Amino acid sequence: MLDGRGAIRRRAGARLWLSGGWLLLLVTVALFAPLVAPQDPLAQDLMSGRLPPFWSAQAEPGFWLGTDSLGRDVLSRVIWGARVALTVACIAGPLTALIGGALGLIAGFYRGWADRIISRLVDIWMAFPPVLFSILLIAVLGTGLTSIILAIVVIDWTRFARVVRAEAMNQGAMDYVAAAQVAGFSRLRTMTAEILPNVLPTLVALLSLEMGIAVIVEAILSFVNLSLSTDAPTWGGMIAEGRTSIHQAWWVLAFPLVALFLTVLSFSQFGEGLKDRFDPVLR
Amino acid sequence: MDDARPLIEVENLRLSLPDLAGKPLIGPAPKLEILKGLSFAIPRGAVLGIVGGSGSGKSTLGRALIRLLEPSGGAIRFDGQDITHLPEADLRPLRRRMQMIFQDPLSSLNPRRRVGGIIGGPLRLHGFDAIDRRVDEALDHVGLPRSFRSRYPHELSGGQRQRVGIARAIALRPDFILADEIVSGLDVSSQAQVLNLLEGLVADLGLTLAFISHDLSVIRRLCRNVLVLHRGEIVEHAPTAQVFAAPRAAYTRELLDAIPLPDPDQPWG
Repeated sequence: MLDGRGAIRRRAGARLWLSGGWLLLLVTVALFAPLVAPQDPLAQDLMSGRLPPFWSAQAEPGFWLGTDSLGRDVLSRVIWGARVALTVACIAGPLTALIGGALGLIAGFYRGWADRIISRLVDIWMAFPPVLFSILLIAVLGTGLTSIILAIVVIDWTRFARVVRAEAMNQGAMDYVAAAQVAGFSRLRTMTAEILPNVLPTLVALLSLEMGIAVIVEAILSFVNLSLSTDAPTWGGMIAEGRTSIHQAWWVLAFPLVALFLTVLSFSQFGEGLKDRFDPVLR
Repeated sequence: MDDARPLIEVENLRLSLPDLAGKPLIGPAPKLEILKGLSFAIPRGAVLGIVGGSGSGKSTLGRALIRLLEPSGGAIRFDGQDITHLPEADLRPLRRRMQMIFQDPLSSLNPRRRVGGIIGGPLRLHGFDAIDRRVDEALDHVGLPRSFRSRYPHELSGGQRQRVGIARAIALRPDFILADEIVSGLDVSSQAQVLNLLEGLVADLGLTLAFISHDLSVIRRLCRNVLVLHRGEIVEHAPTAQVFAAPRAAYTRELLDAIPLPDPDQPWG
């Protein structure tokens, strides 16, 4: 019996390559920041403050994207800032997915009292405005990378719990779950081996989105000066500093903003692209 | 094993489900009685047709027989053992012996599992040896090429999927198989193929089969005895030939009249 259905290839998709390319570039420069960054991101030189980017006549070699008002190299700070952003994304994202996903899966598959408790908790949680909630958490936990990550996990697990619960409920109504029961598989095994693989593509797409959101939250908290110390290079911090000198040196604000924008966009597109590309079930 | 004893005995079986449509704002939903005291038996090696219109409770009855649903009254005995209220953990050893083929083959096959895993997983669970050989044998039995073990369900046609569902059920060498409307989702030629296949398997493997359908003409092909269900009650339980020749219940006559005949002037012979 021959049919061509298995041979149909989906087109790879420009968005997977573009977003993946940007994220790969970012990860590489973040990993090798000490080697890649042309300058020390903390070195100040008041004599060469507010140097414009390389295409301008007043630019100085070595400062590709110009300098801020304290004479610190913008490119180097964007590169070191990527380290902070990606650290937060790569730890907070998976942790949030793990906690929210597990609770959502349990609520959606087992239903009953487990579902009632988890769903009420989600409702209560979502009544808090997230930005204020995170500022409150940082105020309690103290500033620093760990606090930011913790704040993101504590706030955003509901996002996963809601979506995964709904998806698990959909899947739970399918006959293959009844078939697993007829076969004699335990409830736990049915949840982890039958339902979970079917929820996974949604979870991965959501995780990628969440990593982008983590980058934004980190930038917001840095912007309001609630993350790392003031002179540590963070994109949010750079945007905050750039804002004060926007009329004299727009590039201090623009380049970290572009980096932030591209990164968040890439994370969300990468997740969708992965789902399209690697989901064995044609939708 | 006592061969004289029927494999499945059902006594005054009652089953109620919560009626969610009639649920008041506060308080539990009212109970809707789906099965209203059914009694019958399925002897070993018999093929029993269960027929009825939609809402007659035939699928509910099927799911109660293999204990996907728990009855609210009466008794079901499987090979002499009372399984009416057996908890899931105690049912597990019996699960191998009673299998089910589902109506919708796409929904009943996990889309992210290959055919080999779908058939082999239950075998592994119940401690069979030589899983690969048994999966191959099951595929041979249902007339699918062995290469299909590496396919995903969405890569198969409707008829092929239903064969995988049958292969999964027979691979466990069960004593009893419940087939719930297994051809109603298929086109006519796939229907004929699946029915032929099932006919052959029943003869070869000596299966005890409960075959649920709303279509009497399908039942007539496969089943020696037929049980006609109407609004949760048995209105007729008799040999198929007798039901077709001289239906006793008015409802059965209605069902028979609903079958399109090749020649309307010719009665059933």
